[in-house]
Amino acid sequence: MDPTETELIAAVARGEPACFEPLVEKYSPRVFATARRYARRESEVEDIVQEVWLKAFQKLHTFRGDAPFEHWLMRLAVHTCYDFLRSHKRNRESNFSELTEAEENWLDRFIVEPESAREDAQAAQMLVQRLLEQLSPSARLVLTLLEIEDRTVKEIAMLTGWSVPLVKVRAFRARAQMRKLLATMARDKYV
Amino acid sequence: MSLTGLEKKLLAAGRRQMSDGRVPHGFARRVMARLPVGSTLDQASLWARALWRSALACLAVLLLLGAVSLLRSKNGGDLGQDFETTMLASADLDNEAPPLW
Repeated sequence: MDPTETELIAAVARGEPACFEPLVEKYSPRVFATARRYARRESEVEDIVQEVWLKAFQKLHTFRGDAPFEHWLMRLAVHTCYDFLRSHKRNRESNFSELTEAEENWLDRFIVEPESAREDAQAAQMLVQRLLEQLSPSARLVLTLLEIEDRTVKEIAMLTGWSVPLVKVRAFRARAQMRKLLATMARDKYV
Repeated sequence: MSLTGLEKKLLAAGRRQMSDGRVPHGFARRVMARLPVGSTLDQASLWARALWRSALACLAVLLLLGAVSLLRSKNGGDLGQDFETTMLASADLDNEAPPLW
């Protein structure tokens, strides 16, 4: 670990809170990027990230230094995002009648010629966000970490505190939920 | 329509989405302003722990007294009556003994 970080953390633990600011400045981009995967509104994103930093400050005395500070912080961030998802569980009734014209066009293109439907199209990204928002909190978390951020099962277990078998079970259920949503979307749109 | 194909395509789209690490202006200052002044120790956790321990101890005493009361009432005793007698013993003594002056 960067010795400067060690000194900063030690200084904060000694009662010099001003030394916390460089850590906030250094790692906020990473925490914001994580939070933006789970919240849409910018006000919610900022709330989540502030919560992460407040918790980090309060729990800094539990940081043992046997792993990089960033790993410890990202665990905190993932936990906070998960808490946010659980506290903002909305009525997740699948409703694909509100697809935008761009999303509908992308789907139509996929049906006619799957290869022509581009993955980098904004419509595709909007569609996947729409689907993820309709998953349960644990399903959304595990699929985002596994499929979107491309993390391993072991990394996910470390980040979430879940056991490896539990991650696997939740991933299996999350994929089943996702397939069910896609089937609903196909049925709503094309039947 | 191949749902498996659609799923793969959409997840790939999700992966291609660039992570947005923009930090709002002045964010670090706002965080610093919200930090609890004083100790970095999680005072709330310390208090919570102490209160929970006291509550558990009180619950244990309550259950013990409840068990004792139940046993005594089964054996013909009445803990409530005994307690009252004990508490009022000093008053009873005052009533029985002649005044000293």
